Amino acid sequence: MADREERRFAEVPRESIRLMAESAGVELSDDVAALLTEDVCYRLREATQNSSQFMRHAKRRKLTVEDFNRALRWSNVEAVCGYGAQDTLPFRPIKEGDLFFVEDREVNLVELALATNIPKGCAETMVRVQVSYLDGKGNLEPQGTVPSAVQTLSDDLLKYYQQITRSILGEDPHLMKVALLDLQSNSKIAALLPYFVYVISGVKSVSHDLEQLNRLLHMVKSLVQNPYLYLGSYVRSLVSSVMYCILEPLAASINPLNDHWTLRDYAALLLSHIFWTHGDLVSGLYHQILLSLQKVLSDPVRPLCSHYGAVVGLHALGWKAVERVLYPHLPAYWANLQAVLDDYSVSNAQVKADGHKVYGAILVAVERLLKMKALSLSVNAEGGIGGLPRPGGIMGCRESSPGLSPPPEPLSEPGLGIASHLHAGGAGCPWEDWTPVPLPAMYCELYSFFGDSLAVRFSTGPSLGNSPPAPLAQPPTTRKELPGGTANLDTARKMPQLTANLNISPRQDGSPHGEQGGGVGSAGASQSLARSSSSSSVQRSRSSSSRPGQRPSGLSRDVFPKARFNPLPAGPPIFSFVIGGRQMGRRCQGRRFQTTFTPSQPLSAVSSRTYAHKLPVIGRVGKPVRRWTCSQYSLHLPL
Amino acid sequence: MAAVQDAPVEADNEKEIKTETLNDAAGNHASAAGGVIPSPPVASTSSSGPAKAGGPGSEEQQTLMAVLQFLKKNNFVGAVDVLRREAGILEDSDESQGQELAASALGGAEAGDATCTLSRASSCTTSTPAVAAAPAKGARCAVVCVSAGGEDQPDVNVVLSAYSQQGDPALYQGYYSGLKKFVESVLDCHRAELSQLFYPLFVHMYLELVYNNHETEAKAFFEKFSGDQECYYQDDLRVLSGLTKKEHMKGNETLLDFRTSKFVLRISRDSYQLLKRHLQERQNNQIWNIIQEHLYIDIFDGMPRSKSQIDSMSGSLAGEAKREANKAKVFYGLLKEPEIDVPLDDEDEEGENEEGKPKKKKPKKDSMGSKSKKQDPNAPQQNRIPLPELKDSDKLDKIMYMKEATKRIRLGPESLPSICFYTFLNAYQGLTAVDFTDDSSLIAGGFADSTVRVWSVTPKKLRSVKSAADLNLIDKESDDVLERIMDEKSASESKILYGHSGPVYGVSFSPDRNYLLSCSEDGTVRLWSLQTFTCLVGYKGHNYPVWDTQFSPYGYYFISGGHDRVARLWATDHYQPLRMFAGHLADITCTQFHPNSNYVATGSADRTVRLWDILNGNCVRIFTGHKGPIHSLAFSPNGKYLASGATDGRVLLWDIGHGLMIGELKGHTDTVYSLKFSRDGEILASGSMDNTVRLWDSIKAFDDIETDDFTAATGHIHLPENSQELLLGTYMTKSTPVIHLHFTRRNLLLAAGAYNP
Repeated sequence: MADREERRFAEVPRESIRLMAESAGVELSDDVAALLTEDVCYRLREATQNSSQFMRHAKRRKLTVEDFNRALRWSNVEAVCGYGAQDTLPFRPIKEGDLFFVEDREVNLVELALATNIPKGCAETMVRVQVSYLDGKGNLEPQGTVPSAVQTLSDDLLKYYQQITRSILGEDPHLMKVALLDLQSNSKIAALLPYFVYVISGVKSVSHDLEQLNRLLHMVKSLVQNPYLYLGSYVRSLVSSVMYCILEPLAASINPLNDHWTLRDYAALLLSHIFWTHGDLVSGLYHQILLSLQKVLSDPVRPLCSHYGAVVGLHALGWKAVERVLYPHLPAYWANLQAVLDDYSVSNAQVKADGHKVYGAILVAVERLLKMKALSLSVNAEGGIGGLPRPGGIMGCRESSPGLSPPPEPLSEPGLGIASHLHAGGAGCPWEDWTPVPLPAMYCELYSFFGDSLAVRFSTGPSLGNSPPAPLAQPPTTRKELPGGTANLDTARKMPQLTANLNISPRQDGSPHGEQGGGVGSAGASQSLARSSSSSSVQRSRSSSSRPGQRPSGLSRDVFPKARFNPLPAGPPIFSFVIGGRQMGRRCQGRRFQTTFTPSQPLSAVSSRTYAHKLPVIGRVGKPVRRWTCSQYSLHLPL
Repeated sequence: MAAVQDAPVEADNEKEIKTETLNDAAGNHASAAGGVIPSPPVASTSSSGPAKAGGPGSEEQQTLMAVLQFLKKNNFVGAVDVLRREAGILEDSDESQGQELAASALGGAEAGDATCTLSRASSCTTSTPAVAAAPAKGARCAVVCVSAGGEDQPDVNVVLSAYSQQGDPALYQGYYSGLKKFVESVLDCHRAELSQLFYPLFVHMYLELVYNNHETEAKAFFEKFSGDQECYYQDDLRVLSGLTKKEHMKGNETLLDFRTSKFVLRISRDSYQLLKRHLQERQNNQIWNIIQEHLYIDIFDGMPRSKSQIDSMSGSLAGEAKREANKAKVFYGLLKEPEIDVPLDDEDEEGENEEGKPKKKKPKKDSMGSKSKKQDPNAPQQNRIPLPELKDSDKLDKIMYMKEATKRIRLGPESLPSICFYTFLNAYQGLTAVDFTDDSSLIAGGFADSTVRVWSVTPKKLRSVKSAADLNLIDKESDDVLERIMDEKSASESKILYGHSGPVYGVSFSPDRNYLLSCSEDGTVRLWSLQTFTCLVGYKGHNYPVWDTQFSPYGYYFISGGHDRVARLWATDHYQPLRMFAGHLADITCTQFHPNSNYVATGSADRTVRLWDILNGNCVRIFTGHKGPIHSLAFSPNGKYLASGATDGRVLLWDIGHGLMIGELKGHTDTVYSLKFSRDGEILASGSMDNTVRLWDSIKAFDDIETDDFTAATGHIHLPENSQELLLGTYMTKSTPVIHLHFTRRNLLLAAGAYNP
């Protein structure tokens, strides 16, 4: 009979009891342990039994920790604290020995108290009335039928769902807008959330259709912005869909005519939006995202568009993410990217173009990293007198940059769950070893990569390390330019111009900043290079040593400066790309980043067809990287 | 009427009880006062047998024997001698000690214990007519059934000591399977009745084994026979199965329930004789002892009942109700309403017709005795319970009510009510209780976070009265003074009441909408003012969670019930309870006032519903038949019927006057948390955890049974299997469990629940 099965109780083994006793400093003999075990089991069962009445009277179906604690309290037993969280608790084994335990992480109270991302308050409980059944009729469900999973949706909800999906994924852009607007503001669609999430997870099946992907992303955005929706664990699903758009080598990317870059940019923005607004719903989300981005970045077999996605994703997650993941990876990644960029063969053209996109994205990311770091340092220096003795450390920066820096979990905690799995798979710097690099060193290193392409200029002299005023003075100037400088100006100054026909002017004249800073920067860099290169990774030093003779100055990477001056006299221009980086100082969200992409159709179309079957991949560059021999071109910008 | 019908049976019954008295002359009830050792049975038709040496002794004697055995075993010869010599004296002290223990063990009974004892004593007298004939009331010659009087004395030690006698543990399985074989071999008509014995016997044999430390035997016994038990005992069996040690028996409530109350069985005389003969032939004393000590067999003459009849009535923790328990007269009629001159201004003529009707919250189904304005013969005396006088505002409200009532829609199978659903959004699984005011203008919710929230569901916002300083400033003579005292700044759609320190499990509005009651896990009931939105009183009395509370339909009184198994009647201006209703064997889970405010019904986790008389605190009805804890109760507007819903998803209908089950409504698949009759009683609405509201044709349900000739004497009714015919509609919600239902004055059905995404 059924009750025979029900009699199988959870039993606490004798060993556990003995272990517990030992930890309390009591040695138990065998029979005592046996007796105690039985008693413990019985008491547990009794408490469970008693707790069920609290569940029943609370009119719930789910027994909560709170119920159990109440039962304990009423039987004069101390309640067990610390398990009230909504999330399931991971029950982890220790490899050696059959020991299982519940993960109990330490919470840094100081950090918690000073955290600026105060979780959103719960929505107010409210009562809404609705005439469900008029005169006992209007019963939309067929009476008496057993509702299946689908039928639990009422008819009008089902209709709504169909209408919405149809208009969002349909042809009419106007309809789509209306639908998205409604999705953003409708308070009664909570029941449909799983269905929408399911639809959105369909990104994987429409990866050839940019338009559809875009619409699905818009749908995500609307759902995320809907104030009445509690996304709960669906956040994870939404994030994975968005991440797909950011990171995957979408089928649509095969055709270079498709502007999948914008999609990735948009998806990255969306990701950061989800993360900042709903990141607190899923624990460990930040780490999972970072880890998967890192994994992609460190995988050379991935196409460049994936790398691009990873970079913009990191950028969108804030400068902390860039500092944590992108920056340590840069030396390793640089070699590969350099190889692509240096290959001027025709067959490599597409790959190279992609490489430039990645380069641009990285540049923008690290620029903001530098700026924000300097800013946080300066704020920290001002506020730090009061007794925050962490110079330039990431913790010190925390409270200084609201809205940008604070991820919901402390950065130093190890990843869990899926994240740890990812972590094991991903090759990268382990979180534990990570220590913030001081700004000067970082700047030097970055400068060694980007040279004057870096719009941020610091005096990198040895004095910088112990003189905060320098960075303090610097950021305001860059900041000041932000609102004033037009997109075009910014583009011209900050982004590498890879232009075959100069269809936009470089506008060197518009960047006095670069002019001044260039001199200082290069001088500083030359001094600091020796220092930084010693500390830089082996790989980078290898890559830099691989072409020692190219750069007379030997300071910065030469590709882009060269590319900027090269185009006019160079041979037949095959590609016409504009990689525009724009800084948009919108609200207080920090600067957003966007690229525009205008392919010159006839030319690229011809060549791309040849390579249409394969995506630009660093790892697939077959031929040896051609050395750049014309060293006279590798000069700094003659501004 | 009931009394007349019952008369001949009672005579029989009396005779029966008398013979029983002879059989078990010694009796064995805990409340025996003296220390005299009872004499062995004189004219024993049933041989008490050798195992039961010294006759079926009272508990104190058994304790003594146990002690003696213990001393003997441990070779304390001297002590044994002394003990024997001083047996009489010792017994006295033991007894008093036991009584003390008993008093202290009864957790809920402190100050107001007098009420309790009163009710107990009176229930003794009412339930046992034979006692009157017996020479000494309450003495040991009182029959088996009198021991019911002692059931409220859960003295663990005394009770457990009853298990000190034991047979050979190895033979228990044999005994049980022997009985099983016997029951299987008897005629079909007796089998169902005798099968009732299995469960209590099983439980007591198992407990006996456990008590005597035969753990392995007990486990084997359980393993072997637990599968045979009726499925509705699952929950109790689960508790039992966890219990394998004597030490665990002490604190176990379920066990205590078993030991402190006799399991009541109803068996026809023929079946009983069969059983007795069998046990005598087999010399099966172990089983016989258990039957004698722990079971109460209510013997009736006539046809043995069928399996379905038995099943419909069984399921409660302590068996069925004794017939005597439901014999008391209940005045279920409605009180006469005070005459109020209704200003017939612009109302249509219907208003005039309605004028003659009783002005009541819940008007009668048909105007029984009200047209002629005569007193309903079934109604209690108008002043049986002192009720508060009507204030002017109450009269105004009554007038409003009557005006509304004229616009009421007559419901029926053809005209079903419209349903409005009040959904609590963002309740985060925390909504635990809901109530509407009678005029449906306010809704209150109790929450697991200890708050009570009140919403106005009309455009009129909730305002509190100005502070004392501001009140001084207003012109008290002005006409709109009532308007002026309100603080406009405080107007809001909802108010939150803070005060409890645990989940709020019940809320109830006063009929005049000035007060709100809430009860909580923290053991208190709180009275809130809806003028100031502050807590006025915290009623402390329940020491354990209070599961439900309910205002009287006339205000002033309220009832509360909780984990301490005692329901308390309070008046708002007394900080101590007026009455305590003790008798339930498990938590009181829901409470409800009778429309005439003279009775309260309580539903319990012991799977019984009890009806209590407020006047004297007596338990006047015990309804058994539910198979799970009862979570909702509703009186029909005419006061004649009671509906109860339980965790098993069934709704049972009861005739209060006759004390009979008259209907079973099957359909819900989960706990029924809410029941409500329409204003005229034609429709019963039930709301459940399974996210549905169901409407039932209550007229038909009652009519079907009324045309039937009750067989009221025996109380054995054949329930028609007509749930599907009675079901008028099933209405799904959108994943929202229905936890409260309310009919507006115009018969619009309001339902409430929290959305569970």
